Amino acid sequence: MKLLRIVPDDTKFDFIRFRRISFPLSALLSLLAIGLYFFHGLNFGIDFKGGTLMEVQAKSGQADLADMRTRLADLHLGEVQLQQFGGPSEVLIRLGQQPGGEEAQNEAVAKVRNALGDAVEYRRIEVVGPRVSGELLSMGTIGVFFAIGGILIYLWFRFEWQFALGAMVANVHDLVLTLGFMSVTQIDFDLTSIAALLTILGYSLNDTVVIYDRIREMLRRYKRMPMPELLNVSINSTLSRSIITHVTVSLSLLALLLFGGQAIHSFTATMMFGVVLVGTYTSIFIASPILIYLGVAANRGSGGMAASAEDEAADVPVAVAKPAEPAPSAPESGRPAAPPAAAGKSSARRPTGRPRR
Amino acid sequence: MLYFSRWKAIGTVLTAVIVCLFMVPNFFPEATVKTWPEWAQRHLVLGLDLQGGSHILLEVDVNDVKKQRLDALLDDVRRTLRDAKAGYQGLARRGDSVEVRIRENADFPAVFAKLRELSTPLGGLAGGTGQRSLDVSDQGNRLVRLTVTSAALNERIRQVVEQSIPIIEKRINGLGLVEPTIQRQGADRILVQVPGLGDPKRLLDLLQSTAKLEFRLVDMSTSAQDALQGRTPADSEVLYEGKGGTRTPVLVEKQVLVSGAELTDAQAGFDQRTGEPIVSFRFNSAGARKFAEVTQRNVGRPFAIVLDNGPPNGPEVLSAPVIREPILGGSGQISGNFTVQSANDLAILLRAGALPAKLTPIEQRVVGAGLGQDSIDKGKIASYAGGALVVIFMLVTYGLFGLFANIAVMINVAMIFGVLSLLNATLTLPGIAGIVLTVGIAVDANVLIYERIREEVRHGRSAIAAIDAGFSRALATILDSNITTFIAAAVLFFIGTGPVRGFAVTLGIGIITTLFTAFTLTRLIVATWVRMVRPKTVPI
Repeated sequence: MKLLRIVPDDTKFDFIRFRRISFPLSALLSLLAIGLYFFHGLNFGIDFKGGTLMEVQAKSGQADLADMRTRLADLHLGEVQLQQFGGPSEVLIRLGQQPGGEEAQNEAVAKVRNALGDAVEYRRIEVVGPRVSGELLSMGTIGVFFAIGGILIYLWFRFEWQFALGAMVANVHDLVLTLGFMSVTQIDFDLTSIAALLTILGYSLNDTVVIYDRIREMLRRYKRMPMPELLNVSINSTLSRSIITHVTVSLSLLALLLFGGQAIHSFTATMMFGVVLVGTYTSIFIASPILIYLGVAANRGSGGMAASAEDEAADVPVAVAKPAEPAPSAPESGRPAAPPAAAGKSSARRPTGRPRR
Repeated sequence: MLYFSRWKAIGTVLTAVIVCLFMVPNFFPEATVKTWPEWAQRHLVLGLDLQGGSHILLEVDVNDVKKQRLDALLDDVRRTLRDAKAGYQGLARRGDSVEVRIRENADFPAVFAKLRELSTPLGGLAGGTGQRSLDVSDQGNRLVRLTVTSAALNERIRQVVEQSIPIIEKRINGLGLVEPTIQRQGADRILVQVPGLGDPKRLLDLLQSTAKLEFRLVDMSTSAQDALQGRTPADSEVLYEGKGGTRTPVLVEKQVLVSGAELTDAQAGFDQRTGEPIVSFRFNSAGARKFAEVTQRNVGRPFAIVLDNGPPNGPEVLSAPVIREPILGGSGQISGNFTVQSANDLAILLRAGALPAKLTPIEQRVVGAGLGQDSIDKGKIASYAGGALVVIFMLVTYGLFGLFANIAVMINVAMIFGVLSLLNATLTLPGIAGIVLTVGIAVDANVLIYERIREEVRHGRSAIAAIDAGFSRALATILDSNITTFIAAAVLFFIGTGPVRGFAVTLGIGIITTLFTAFTLTRLIVATWVRMVRPKTVPI
């Protein structure tokens, strides 16, 4: 059987050179997203804004939106939004936070029930009072920061601080862009969105870590390969995996998006954007190239100069000037460096496996 | 990496099989599972969003607790002053304090000392910290201010939560609902989760009623109309009987003769003469004795049955019948414009007892059973579709090894359900999404291994050496990359509630089972294949 190869073997794309485009592009997009967040805003759902959400279904035929709208307008409950949801018989009703504290929210629900009567079935009623919504918002925000912090600490222990920092930049970049996406699309921002954000965080890091793992391995093996090339080889050799994994995750998400129903629609749409579009891009074009600027090369083992002149040593500005931390000596870094002359283009494909066991 | 000792192989397979077996009870009807031994009964619980139900977060009304404390304090101060036979004036609540002015300078030191004795050291959790229940201060000019300390208030709120939980449980059981979850949350909150309820409004009303029942005498010294005009006797108050348009004022004495706390039973029924719904009740022996005494002394006078459901309505007179003869048997009945349902609800409330303070719902999420079923159906379709797409893709990409991966992923999903069942975990719609995503992660583990093998082959290794190296190198990466996702899932578990927490649980468990399958099962499958086939080339 002929097997599918999405990515051909031995690709040699110069991803790192692309950073001269990807860095400004990302900076621009991030600024745009931040601008959107502040001027266009997020569409906060009742979890964070408080208020009432009711999903009703007409017991027979289609729901008469106009009729419902006039009936509810007579109640003077402030801002009332009606929206077709799923099928033509289903309507989502949103009431803003009612003045008069927790009790007033419950009274509003009773009023709506009276006004709509028995013609509809109440499929879902959610009431979130002002105090709870405030707490949920702060919990959500704290949660995201804790997740970032926790992951950073883990990466710091497992890799070196430059990697953790690079991952964090990538992380924040992902979150900012996703928030921008949510602002543009005005997707409901609620507790499930926090779940989506954290999952995006996890996935994107998952990706980043896979490439970082390879970079670390390469750093141990090829002590003299110039940083940009080393990064390129690392990204290229994990490229096939990145693509295949994203295809499978996209397939899962696609199924959820198409068949999972309205209730998790915004969740999957956000994930689709964050994981598939942003996450992959970030780990290849942001998280890896940024290592050049963070001075990973400074930590490379002995073996004389880090790189010869032709290897674009200029790309490693901080490297020589500031050996930031003593390198945690790699426990299994194998034989000393590969022959210096060959370390350039050809050595990448030569099997110089670490001895194991 | 490819060598497995016999025992290790057996252990691996056994673990997987046992974990998978735990999902078996989910395929049988509940009645069948009930007959199995206890350890085999563990099964998945559907979340409220899937089976329909109510999630209600109640908060103790701090103002109600404060008001109760201050009312009680007011009574205590009045009694103390009366016992000390001291003249006083202006005894009243002011904000969060009670203030009183002692008339005579000569009385002041002794009375002040007496009032200070009202402040007691706090017991319970706050005990031992030297906190006291009251701040009693001399404001000068013989004015004494008594303030309830915040420690005392918090302690009282804690008690209210503790006392309320069993009462709420009884009330919900009274409605005939199964398996409610009632938990304390934070210092002043109670989370009530009730699966599958037809009428969420009724549940809410039942939870919000404090249901303090009191038997008091009607004050006949003046008419209720006169009292409304401002001539209310000091020991009486005007309450209303009936609801809506036909509210009639009744002048009721403040003194409580017998309270609902002394009821042992209450049942809804019908009046034998009129056929109206009524609630019949029975007192305990102390209550019965008191009630007999009171009715003996007051034949011919009306008494009022007062129900206090807390703010905003306050106490209401249910009915005010005239005592025709002494009631010695300790039982009676309340009739008062009940419908069958309201009589039933009152009986439930009286049986369960009064809540110590008002509870306000601050968050409620109700899902109808219809929506729940829809979500289950959609979740199923999405899972099957997602699963099928991934399985096909893996076959097309990796052929035989894709098949291995698919087997591993299926076992992985079965193990997730097994672990979820073992933990009696709750499956929510986002939880299903979590499982679908786990399929993605689980496949990724295989992809990492296989891509590494492909690479090693390209680097010129022999088939077996390439497979071996592929596994050993990829596993480190799998561990690193999954731990980061696991950290995100853990955070989500701690901050999330309900459905979101369900997502975190399945994602977290999925990562653990993925690590297990990648590190052992997939390796075992491939190792077995290598031993049997002795491949010269790797078919990927």
